[in-house]
Amino acid sequence: MADNDHSEEPTPYIEAIVTYISYVLLAVFGHIRDFLRNKGFEANMIATEPDRTKSFVPLYQNFESFFTRNLYRRIRDCWNRPITTCPGAEFEVMDRDSPDYGWTFRYPGSTTRAVNFGSYNYLGFAESSGYCADAAVAATEMYGCGVGSSRTEVGSLNIHTQLERAMAEYLGTEDAIVFPMGFATNALNMAALVGKGCCILSDELNHSSLVLGSRLTGATIKIFKHNNPADLEAKLREAIVYGQARTRRPFTKILIVPDAPQVEGVYSMEGSIVRLPEIIALKKRYQAYLYLDEAHSIGALGTSGRGVVDYYGCDPRDVDVLMGTFTKSFGGAGGYIAGSSRLVRHVRQSSHSAIYGASMPAPVAAQILTALNILLGRAGPPDEGKRRLRQLSVNAQYMRARLHQLGLIVYGDRDSPVVPFMIFMPGKVAAFARLSLAHGLGIVVVGYPATPIIEARARICLSAAHSLDMIDRSVQVIDKLSRLLRIRYSRRQPPDWTRDRTRAWAEAQLAEFSRPLAPTHVASSANGVALIGA
Amino acid sequence: MLIFVADADVSWEFSDLIEAIYSAPTYHLVFEGCLILFIVGLLFQHSFLPSKRRGGSGDRLSKAEEDQLIAEWQPEPLVSGDPADEALLASYQRCATSQVGRSVTYSDGRTLVNFATGNFLDFIGEARIRDRALASLRHYGVGSCGPRGFYGTMDVHLHLEEQLAKFYGCEEAVLYSYGFSTIASAIPSYAKRHDIIFADERCCFAIQQGLEASRSKIIRFRHNDTAHLEELLQRQAEHDRRNPKKARVTRKFIVVEGLYVNCGDICPLGELVKLKYKYKVRLFVEESASLGTLGATGRGICEEAGVSVQDVDLIAAGIENALATQGGFVVGTKYVVDHQRLSGLGYCFSASLPPMLAAAASEALTMVDEMRGERTARLKSVSDRLHQRLLAELDNLWSVEGAPMSPIKHLRLHRCTGENSLPALEAACAAAADAGLLLTVARYVAQDLGQPAQPSIRLSVNCNHSDSEIGSLLDFLKSYATGLAKK
Repeated sequence: MADNDHSEEPTPYIEAIVTYISYVLLAVFGHIRDFLRNKGFEANMIATEPDRTKSFVPLYQNFESFFTRNLYRRIRDCWNRPITTCPGAEFEVMDRDSPDYGWTFRYPGSTTRAVNFGSYNYLGFAESSGYCADAAVAATEMYGCGVGSSRTEVGSLNIHTQLERAMAEYLGTEDAIVFPMGFATNALNMAALVGKGCCILSDELNHSSLVLGSRLTGATIKIFKHNNPADLEAKLREAIVYGQARTRRPFTKILIVPDAPQVEGVYSMEGSIVRLPEIIALKKRYQAYLYLDEAHSIGALGTSGRGVVDYYGCDPRDVDVLMGTFTKSFGGAGGYIAGSSRLVRHVRQSSHSAIYGASMPAPVAAQILTALNILLGRAGPPDEGKRRLRQLSVNAQYMRARLHQLGLIVYGDRDSPVVPFMIFMPGKVAAFARLSLAHGLGIVVVGYPATPIIEARARICLSAAHSLDMIDRSVQVIDKLSRLLRIRYSRRQPPDWTRDRTRAWAEAQLAEFSRPLAPTHVASSANGVALIGA
Repeated sequence: MLIFVADADVSWEFSDLIEAIYSAPTYHLVFEGCLILFIVGLLFQHSFLPSKRRGGSGDRLSKAEEDQLIAEWQPEPLVSGDPADEALLASYQRCATSQVGRSVTYSDGRTLVNFATGNFLDFIGEARIRDRALASLRHYGVGSCGPRGFYGTMDVHLHLEEQLAKFYGCEEAVLYSYGFSTIASAIPSYAKRHDIIFADERCCFAIQQGLEASRSKIIRFRHNDTAHLEELLQRQAEHDRRNPKKARVTRKFIVVEGLYVNCGDICPLGELVKLKYKYKVRLFVEESASLGTLGATGRGICEEAGVSVQDVDLIAAGIENALATQGGFVVGTKYVVDHQRLSGLGYCFSASLPPMLAAAASEALTMVDEMRGERTARLKSVSDRLHQRLLAELDNLWSVEGAPMSPIKHLRLHRCTGENSLPALEAACAAAADAGLLLTVARYVAQDLGQPAQPSIRLSVNCNHSDSEIGSLLDFLKSYATGLAKK
C-alpha cells in the first residue's frame, strides 16, 4: 500500500522524438504504398466493395483505415494469436506465417510452446482438470450447455441461485446477480441505475464497456483525470453547483465511475490501483454514488482476494454498486453486480441482460462456483485459496522487482499482477513480440490506439499458476531481448522495495504452502479439432 | 524577422543591424510592424474559453455559496422505491434442476413440458453435442481468459467461424460471446452519427440498443409494411436530391429481423432486397430466431425467401436458440464483416466465447448441416399443425399472432374471454404449471419500443413436440379460458 504514491517514470525525450519520427516515416511509406496500390503498380489485396453495391455510399472513409492498412496490418501477427490448449501457465501457440506481409496467414500446422503471460488467469483457475473442471463436467451432464431463455422467463437454474448467494457472501454484500457476459454486464446494466437528468463522472481511461454503458444511459457524462481525486472533487462540485448544462436544473443523481483497478485504457494497460479510500470519502461528502468495476481486481488484489475494497480494508457497503467479471480470476466467463438487496432487486427487474439475454450456461456457473468455494476454503485441498492468493502476490512482486532491476521502465503498483513495461518504438514492439514468442514467451504488446501513440508497451499478466522457475527463465529471456533491442530506458534507480524481493524471499513466502504445484497438464494439440488448412 | 535574430553563430555588429533596417524596403517594415501589433493585440484579447467565460465579476460563485448549494442538494436514491414485481422476481426462484430441454424438472419435483424456450431443434440434451462439449472442457478448461486479440483465440473459434461462413455460403464470419451483444455491437460499428437507419418498428430490444449506440437518425417503418418503407425511402431520396453533397457521405441502412421474436412473423426479404438496390440502402438482417428454423435446410430467411445471401450485406444472429449454447455471430462478405474485428466493441473488448461452448455450437451446426433440413421441416410442420388447431379449436378464447409455420407464437386472451392483462397471463402460466406445461409471458423493459401494445404469452415450439403434448397444451388453454369466461 505504501508504494502506491510513486509516479510513473516519464517518457525520456530522445525516445519520444525517435518514436514520433518512426511514425512519421511509417506514415510517409504508407502514403507511398497507397499511391502505388491505387495506380496498380502494387497488387491490391484490400477487400473491396463487391460489384453489386459499388454505387452505394461507401461504408468506410479511406483515411479511417489508413492506420489499419499500412501500420497495423504489417505487424498484425503480434495479435490474435491462436492457441490450441488450455490458457494455463503454459500454452501452445499455433505457428503461422504470412507470405505477403500480413494480408493473409498460412498455418503449417505446428505449434510453439510458450509460457503464458498474456491470458488473464490470475488465480490459475484456467485448468482442464481438477475440482473446477470436474464440477463443470457434472453441470454439463446435468444441465447441458445452454438454456435458451432469459432469467426472467424460464432460464433460471438452481446453480445460478447458488452462485449468486456464494458471490454475495464472498464480497460481503447483501445480494448479487450474475450475467453471462462481462462486457454486457456494464454495457446493459448502467441504464437500469441512471438515466436522463443524471450525471456520470467517468475516469478518462475507463474501459470501453463502461463508456458504452454510460452512453446508453442518456445521462450527462463528465470526464475526470485518471485516478485523480482532486480533479474528481472539482468536477463533483461543478456538477452539483451548476447542474445540467442548459437548463441549470440540478442533477437527480451523480454516479462516480472510477477507473477500474488496473483496467485502464482500452485494455488493461497501466497496472495501477484506484485510490479507493479518497474516492469513498468524496462520495460521502458530496452524496454521490459509486460504481466500482473490479473486473481485474476481484480475486487478484487484497489479502483474501476480495478485490480493491479488501486491499484498502474499506467497507463493501460504502460502495453502492460492486461490479466485476469472472473471466480473469475465476477461469469462467460472465460478470456480476453486487450491493444492497434493494439494488440487486431493482437490477433483477430492469436489467436488459436479465430480461432479454439467455442466462449463464451451467458449466460456466459451476466453474465459478467451485472456484469461489475454493477461495472461501470450502472445497479443494486445505488452504488452497490462500496458497493461490499468496502465490499470485509473490509472483507479481518478484517479477516486477526483477524487471525493475533489469532497467526497464515498468509501470504500475507493486502489488498489481499486471506488469507493463515500455517499448515506445513501433518497430521494437513488433520485434519484441516476435522474438519473445520464438524464445517461448507469450507476452502481449500494445500500441496505439489502445495506448497513447508514443507509449507502446509490452504487458505481462502474472498468474498463480506460474512457478518461480518459469519466472526466472522468462526474466533471462527478457534480459537477453531487452539488451538486443535496447529497451532498457530507465534512468532511475529501481525502487527501494525491489532490493529484498529475491528468489530467497519468494521461496520463504511460499514455504508454508510447501505442497508441490499440480503439474500443469497441457494436452497435445492434435485432438480431433480441425485446424485451418493452408 | 530582422530584429529578432539569434546570435548563436552570427556576430552582428550593432551598426550593421541599424544599417540593415534602413536598407530594407518600406513595405517590408510596414508589414512586419503590423504583424507585431496584431500579435500584441491578440495577447490582450478577451478569452473565448468557456470555462473562463463564466468568469467575470460576480458570475462565478464564491466558495461559501458553493458549499451552501452543495449542502442543500438532495439527490434521489440510487434505486427508486419502485414496487417489487413479484411475479417477475418469482421467475428467479423457479429454478430448474434438470436441463431445460423438451421437458424440465423443478425443485418441487414436477416435470413440465416445455413450450417456453427457444430450443427449436431440440438440441439441448443431444448426446453428441454434450460429448463434444465435454471433450473440449477436458482439453481447454472453461474460460478463454482473454479477448480475441490477446491469446483468447482458440482453434475452435477459428474453426467455428470457418464453419459458419461455409454454412451460409459467405466469405467470412465473426464470432461473439453473447447473442444480445452481437447485433448491438454490429450496428454501431458501421452506422455513425450522421447516418440514417430505417428499422422495423417491432424490432427486438437488442437491435434498438444497437441503433441507440450508433447515434444515427432512426426512421421506423410500420411492421412488415414495405409500402410504408418505400414511401419513407422515397422521401429520403428527394431530400438527398436537394442536398447531393451531404447525401454522398450519408450511409443508409435497413435493419430487419428474419423471424420477429416480438411478433412471430417473417419479414418480406425479397421485396426488401428490391428496395435495397432501388434506393441504394444497405440491408442488415438479424436472424437469431430464424437460424435453423427457416429455409429448406435451416439456413435462415435467405433460403426461405429464395434470396441470394450475397444480396444481404450483413447477417447477425445469436446462437442461443437453435444451436443451444451461448454466443452469436455475424456473417457476410469480407469487405463488410472484417471491419468488426477491429471496431466491434463486443468483439474487441470482451473475453472470447468459452471454447467448450464454441465446440458445442460447432457440433450443433454440423448436425444441422448433416440433417439437411429434416428437423427444420419437422419443426415447420409441428408449428403449422399447432397453429391450425389453435385457430380451429380456440377460436373465441385465445387470439394467436404469428405465421403458421413460425415456431414462435404469441397468445393473448380473446376479449370474449376476459381482460388480456399481464397479471391475468401470469396467472394462466402458473395454472399451466399445475397442468404440467411450462409457459411464459414475454418480458420487456419499459423502454422497449418494439414491445406490443398488449402483453402476451410467447409459445416456442420444439421440433419434437408430440401430438399428445400439443393436445394437452390445447386442452389446457381451452379449459382455462373457458373457466375464465364463465366468471
